[in-house]
Amino acid sequence: MRGGMPAESRKERKGEIMKKKEAKKIMSGAHAVAEAVRLCRPDVIPMYPITPQTKISETIAEMSADGSLDAEIIRVESEQSAISACVGASAMGVRTYTATASQGIALMHEILFIASGLRLPIVMGVANRSLSAPINIWNDQQDSVSQRDAGWIQLYVENAQEAFDTHVQTFKIAEETRLPTMVCLDGYLISHTYEPVNILDASSVSRFLPRYKPKVSLNPSNPIAMGTLATPEHFMEFKKQQQEAMENATGVIKRVNREYASVSERSYGNGLIETTNLDGKEHAIITMGSVAGTARSMLEKEGIGMIRVKAMRPFPKEDIIKACQNIRSVGVLEKDVSLGSEGSLYTEVRSALYNTGSKPKVLGFIAGLGGKDITLDDMKNIMKKIKSEKENVSWV
Amino acid sequence: MIEIRAHGRGGQGAVTAMEILAKAAGLDGKYTQAFPNFGVERRGAPVRAFCRISDEPITIRSQVYEPDYVIVLDPSLSNLPEISSGLKQDSVILINSNNSHNFKEKTYHFDATTLALDVLGKDIVNTAMLGVFAGVTGLVPLEPILSVLDERFNGKVAELNKQLVERAYNETRGE
Amino acid sequence: MVNSNSVSEAAVAGEPGSSKKNKTGSWRTFRPVVTDKCKGCKICEWYCPEGAIKVKEVNGKKTAVIDYDYCKGCMICVEECPQKAVKKERER
Repeated sequence: MRGGMPAESRKERKGEIMKKKEAKKIMSGAHAVAEAVRLCRPDVIPMYPITPQTKISETIAEMSADGSLDAEIIRVESEQSAISACVGASAMGVRTYTATASQGIALMHEILFIASGLRLPIVMGVANRSLSAPINIWNDQQDSVSQRDAGWIQLYVENAQEAFDTHVQTFKIAEETRLPTMVCLDGYLISHTYEPVNILDASSVSRFLPRYKPKVSLNPSNPIAMGTLATPEHFMEFKKQQQEAMENATGVIKRVNREYASVSERSYGNGLIETTNLDGKEHAIITMGSVAGTARSMLEKEGIGMIRVKAMRPFPKEDIIKACQNIRSVGVLEKDVSLGSEGSLYTEVRSALYNTGSKPKVLGFIAGLGGKDITLDDMKNIMKKIKSEKENVSWV
Repeated sequence: MIEIRAHGRGGQGAVTAMEILAKAAGLDGKYTQAFPNFGVERRGAPVRAFCRISDEPITIRSQVYEPDYVIVLDPSLSNLPEISSGLKQDSVILINSNNSHNFKEKTYHFDATTLALDVLGKDIVNTAMLGVFAGVTGLVPLEPILSVLDERFNGKVAELNKQLVERAYNETRGE
Repeated sequence: MVNSNSVSEAAVAGEPGSSKKNKTGSWRTFRPVVTDKCKGCKICEWYCPEGAIKVKEVNGKKTAVIDYDYCKGCMICVEECPQKAVKKERER
């Protein structure tokens, strides 16, 4: 016996359910990432599972097994192998994806510089997690922030929807700039959290992101060599090229953010930073990733603005200076620390603001390391300190 | 916004229960969010999972500290102090148990283990307790929960779990 | 506030055997119960993944004794016993 509603209203409800189902689905961030990857049609995906990225690689493997994702999945023996296989595949001129976290990205360190030096547009998801020791499987952003000098674009997302959207954008950004790109999503807090996600249809993604046409690639019938020796006369020239590519990437990221809005009706600030509740405010919080969501819920009540840094690389210096024009004090809240110094984002924000006329006070907050929950009370205290305008770096 | 905390043991499906609840509430047109306590999960060890349901988009990412509802999947967990941690005056506890408990908050007990053994032949009670949640609170209708079970499980497993949820729902409805 | 003095330096666990304090017996939904049919063959002792079964002499007869402080109720002993001497009972 079915309890509950009479048959007719149950039918109506089912109709309602169907309509809403088409609009948004509740899924984990990891699943949303896998959906984005499938829609972007990479040819090669070398993967090595590591918590909390595992959910991404599992879902991609399932899609490959059921035939809905037509990519060469390479099961490798380590993350160093995964990124090396990406370098090989991308050098052959095909769209290439991988994902990792924590010790995995640390193990990739050497090859990350090779990927960027060879100007290979590899896209990599990072399910952010702390680095050992002590061993800890929970979220912070030390793993990817520690790789900020590797010549990769780094984009940090706030939720599952943005993880999906940014993955789709990122293939385009990487391929246009010829820079490898990381999409960093907080482990567990995004990867394992179920929330509403709107998945674009395949034809919209195909129109937005056509097939990848490499400028140069390895091809036996037209041989070239990549990564040859660069002597001291030339090495810096190559590095300067990468620096210029990064500088140009700011424009590409902004444009792709706009183009994506025209197919999805979703965009995130100007693509590099996103400001919220900032008009007429004297105080602002600057942060990256999912904790921006917790801050967001309190901005109006606390009378404070927010600058969410989406791009850690290229670092949006000019955009931050502009956003801070009328600000008296900003607090940089981040889930990483450069031991012996301060938080990396804090250093960069302070450096950006050093030569500005208004020169706001900059406070630093190291928080959420190794998965320590950042509660509403913590956030309230942080905002209170920002309003006090007393410059210092504190551990929350 | 309604906040729910589920307590179970590794393997009992507390995390899956919150996932199904979030998906069902989503089908019902609500904004939802479900997440585990991200522990080092071993079969049998106490675990927690959370769900938020709201008419507005949910942006907050911290854990649930003051739940409106607590769902307890395993009667042996009733002695853990964390079950009643952070409860408000009008918070409600829904516990899988065949006897009553002396929580100071409003408590409903339902013998989901016996029902699950009867319907599934296994002591997996997570879906049954969703039926209890829907039945007692009326916050999520039965229909979307059944739709999610159809989507989440295959064939016989889906059928049996639907039966289980419906029976738990009907036995607790309006209590 | 983060207090660096509240933990040991470099995460050193100085006291061995502390996992014994974690009595995992409360994790059971079912409990295995050894009956008179037990011949003390030790197969359950070998199979028990928790090391929670020891064959001992009780009243002059060798029999398996389960340490319910640590038995998680996995029922592997019930499965493996050649005498079908271990019963599965609902935990109270």
